[in-house]
This record gives sequence, C-alpha cells and structure tokens, in this order.
Amino acid sequence: MTGDAQPPSVVIVGAGQGGYETAASLREHGYRGRVTLISAEDALPYERPPLSKACLKGDGAAPGDEQLWLRPPTYYARQSIDLVGGTVTAVDPAARTVRLRDGTAYDYGHLVLATGARPRPLDVPGAALRGVHTLRTARDAAALRASLAAAQYAVVVGAGFLGLECAAAARESGRAVTVVEALDRPLARAVSARTAEHFTRLHRGEGTRLLFGQQVVALRGDWHGKVTAVELADGRRLPADLVVIGVGVTPRTELAAAAGLPVGDGVTVDARLLTGDPHISAIGDCAAFPQVRSGKRLRLESVQNAVGHARLVAKRLTGASRAHYQELPWFWSDQFATTVQIAGHDDGHDTEMVLGDDPDAFSVLLFRGEGLRAVESVNRPGDHMAARRLLDGGGRLKPGEAAAPGFTLKGHLARLRDGPAPARRGVS
Amino acid sequence: MPEITYVGVDGTRRRIDVPAGTSVMRGAVFNDIDGIVAQCAGNAQCATCHVYVDDTTVDRLEPARPDEDDLLDFTACPRRPTSRLSCRLTVTAALDGLIVHVPERQK
Ligand SMILES: Cc1cc2nc3c(=O)[nH]c(=O)nc-3n(C[C@H](O)[C@H](O)[C@H](O)COP(=O)(O)OP(=O)(O)OC[C@H]3O[C@@H](n4cnc5c(N)ncnc54)[C@H](O)[C@@H]3O)c2cc1C
Ligand code: FES
Repeated sequence: MTGDAQPPSVVIVGAGQGGYETAASLREHGYRGRVTLISAEDALPYERPPLSKACLKGDGAAPGDEQLWLRPPTYYARQSIDLVGGTVTAVDPAARTVRLRDGTAYDYGHLVLATGARPRPLDVPGAALRGVHTLRTARDAAALRASLAAAQYAVVVGAGFLGLECAAAARESGRAVTVVEALDRPLARAVSARTAEHFTRLHRGEGTRLLFGQQVVALRGDWHGKVTAVELADGRRLPADLVVIGVGVTPRTELAAAAGLPVGDGVTVDARLLTGDPHISAIGDCAAFPQVRSGKRLRLESVQNAVGHARLVAKRLTGASRAHYQELPWFWSDQFATTVQIAGHDDGHDTEMVLGDDPDAFSVLLFRGEGLRAVESVNRPGDHMAARRLLDGGGRLKPGEAAAPGFTLKGHLARLRDGPAPARRGVS
Repeated sequence: MPEITYVGVDGTRRRIDVPAGTSVMRGAVFNDIDGIVAQCAGNAQCATCHVYVDDTTVDRLEPARPDEDDLLDFTACPRRPTSRLSCRLTVTAALDGLIVHVPERQK
C-alpha cells in the first residue's frame, strides 16, 4: 500500500470465523481500502464452538444470542467494514467481480474465499425426517435445541468431536443418549487410542450408550414424518425422537470450482494461501493448504486454523509479510467437565508417552522418531500451553528426555529457554 | 448493573455498565474497548484477553482457577501479580467498581 493510489478493494465471501478475522486483521494492519464482508447467514459474525456445547443445554446462551457475536454492530461501522447479507453465486476471475443471488455485483482487487464447510448428510432412507438434525449454524443449533427440549431418546450418529459434544449436552439435559459409530472407537481420525479410550470411558460413565462398529442403514418415522427409530445394519432398532448426524463436513468449494480454480478436498492453495489465481485467496475450513514442513496438503477444521489463515492473508495484502503459512495447529473440545486440547498435527506417530498418572487428567505425547509431533492434553491446560510453545519452537524433545522421572513440559521449556544448566551449578 | 472501568494504554478511562452473568472480556469487546482481542471468544484458549486489575480493586476477585493460572504464563505482555484473563472474570454485583488496565499488546 504505497503512494496515493486508491488501494484495491477486498471482498470476502463468508462472514464466519475466518472471514470476520480477515476483515478485522486488515484494519488492524492499517489497510485503508474498501472491505466488503459477504454473509449468507443473516447474522453478525459469531462463534460456532458453543453451538454444540453450552448452547445446546438450554442454560447457556441461546443460538443467535448476542453473547455469541464476535463483535457488536458498532465495531463494523467504526472499522468501515461493509457487512453485506447475501449468497455469492458466481465469481468472474477475468472481470474480478462476484455476483450475489439477488444480482448485485461487487468488484474486487482481491477476493478471499472463506466459505467454510457444510455437514455431510447421512445417505440413508429417512434422513429427511423431522427430528433429524445436522449442526453448523446458529439456525441449526436453535432447531436442535428446540428438538432436544422435547426429546426423550437421542441418537447421535458419528463419534467425532461434534457428535460427542452433542451427545454430552443431550446427556447433561437428562436424555437417554446413544452414539452410533461405524469405526471401532471414537475420534478415530483425531486422537490417539489412549485419548479415545478416555472419552469412551467418560461418556459411558455418564450413562451414554456407545455402539462402535455399527452402521446406520435407515431412519424410521411415523406417519407425521417424525423420526422414531434408527435402524442398524445388524437389524437392531434404536428408539429415537431426536437424531443428530455428525459424520463430518464437506468443504464448500463450488464457487471456486465454477470459477475454474483448482479444487480437491478443499480449494487448493499454495503456502501463501493463494489459489491458482493471484487475486484470489482461500482460507479456513474450505482451504487445502500445504504443510510447510511435510509438504503434505492439509485441510483443518478449527478456530485456530481459520484465524491463523485470516491473519496471514491480511498481512500479505497489507504488505506486512510475505511469509508462508506455518502456524502450529491447535484445537480444543469440551465434553461434560472435560476439556481436551490438541497441539500440533499428528501425521503418523510411532511412540506414545503419557504424562500424569491421574486417569482424568493426563497428556499424551506423540513422537515420530526422535521428534515430538503433537500433544493431546486432557484436563491439563498447562501442558497444552507449554506444548504449543514447544512445538512452535520445533518440538525439541526426545522420547528419552520425556521419560526422565519428574519430567514436565513446562520445566523442559524453561530449560530450553535458559540453555543447559552450567555444570558447576549441578543439576537437581 | 455492575460498573467496570477500563483504562486504556494511553490512560483513557471508560466506565461501562456490564450486565451480571457476562464477563469483563465481553464488556470490553461489546463496547469497543481497544486492546482486548479475545481471539478465542472467551473459551480460555488464547490469553489475548489479558488485563491488569487495578491494585485498589483486585481484592474483589476470587483467585484464578488452574486453567486461567496456566494461561496467564503465556500472555504477550509480562504477567504481574494482578494479571487476569478477562474472559474468566464473570461479572457479579461484587465486581461493581472494578478497574482493569489494558496491556500494551495481546499477541
Ligand atoms: C458446532 C460447532 C462446534 C465447533 N467447535 C469447535 C471447537 O470447540 N474448537 C475449534 O477449534 N473449532 C470448533 N469448530 C470449528 C470452527 O468453528 C470452524 O473450523 C471455523 O468456524 C471455520 O471458519 P471458516 O471461516 O472457515 O468457516 P465458517 O465459520 O463456517 O464460515 C463460513 C461462512 O461462509 C458462509 N458462506 C458459504 N458460502 C457462501 C457464499 N457463497 N456466499 C456467502 N456466504 C457464504 C457460510 O454461510 C458461513 O457463514 C466448531 C464448529 C461447529 C460447527
Ligand atoms: S478470550 Fe481467549 S482466553 Fe480469554
């Protein structure tokens, strides 16, 4: 942004976590051009994590409540961020315009696709019955919360984070809850066997029925079109007046694809989060980016990832940095009174080590070879924070060091910072 | 409504009525107080809602619980004895008159 020329306008498609952060971060870095944030949801940008947690239980903030807004309306006015309601239906990369469903068009100097993801539907008969829910938006959460208030038997399909959080909220609201999972354990894609085992115990201990290795083949309803049962491959029928489908999401790539941009599992971007077109970036849940260290393409679904991407793009557009994206991924989930936090990305480990001997509060260190790759912390927030620092700094920790008696991540971090203790001071 | 005073880095003081049940962080964010970033929106994950509670009002607060205490070791500005995470400070009548200072940086 040099000289007096009018800076090009930035248009952001999608006003979720990533879209909001892009706009806010542009202003924070002094961007003075026009910023247009287009939202298909008729709501101010809000945070999604509580939708599957406190919001569902009925005692937390209701979906749509201003408690969930990321910023109040005055913020957008004060920062000159144009919040536009509408769905973008086409991008014309040659003319550098986007078109909304209502026909309005916006010119852009740079376009940011922050379109997020949509829940994957369950492809079985009966999936459209009343009482069957997916959860992505505040609107979805409001519908689910209303159904839950009237339900007795809730069945959750899919034991991923979203499914388990919903199951916990339903159980805490006093419903009979069954979770059906096709694989043989929960959180199979996300956490180590040890952590998964903890969550199995946690949910069972709270009285939730967990069925693993079971396929749902159909949802059955009454003649009012309301769900009454979930039918499994083994012929069992689980009574259900509420079904939550939590079987993953599909990145919203259709705009990018129609505009001729490369798309795979997500909009394909380079290490600077640029698509095939130098005037278009893609961020957050919809973007598949190369992990700098491994070169492997990743698509992550987390607040941290959306925010980190957004900030990188804002810095690039304001000339503050041309860096590659290499922020450490991290994630959290709350279920009952348990918080699990994950730092790093486990792309295959060969050694697992557990810190802490409390079965309800421990951290699992995941190593590949001699390097620490990721840390899962259950009710150990201090470990999580230390792990974030440590992994950010390259993860210098060998399995042998972690095995030493009295080892703590915080202590290790302090030793790295201060350098090895001089021999004459002695250790211990 | 309990009144919370936010003191900016430049010394400007803003007195805000913050509804009980919400947090000192939300009171800041919803009133456009600069310098409370609250990246994780109050989920105790980011330490970017750090405040220094004024010495004269710090006794109104319950001590930090372990998760807050751990996060306070990771603030962008140095931790001091009166450092708190504003998202962990639930506003109650007992907090009426609380004064918090916004640190220079959050990230
Ligand atoms: C219920 C729930 C709980 C979660 N809990 C956690 C958690 O505990 N921890 C965590 O780290 N992450 C959590 N996540 C994940 C996190 O919320 C997402 O990773 C994050 O919101 C992704 O941000 P995004 O900007 O990429 O997409 P989103 O926040 O989904 O925003 C995308 C927006 O783009 C809009 N859009 C799409 N297409 C168009 C179009 N053509 N025109 C206009 N607008 C469009 C969509 O309507 C949407 O509003 C949770 C997600 C959900 C749904
Ligand atoms: S807002 Fe993130 S820790 Fe307080």
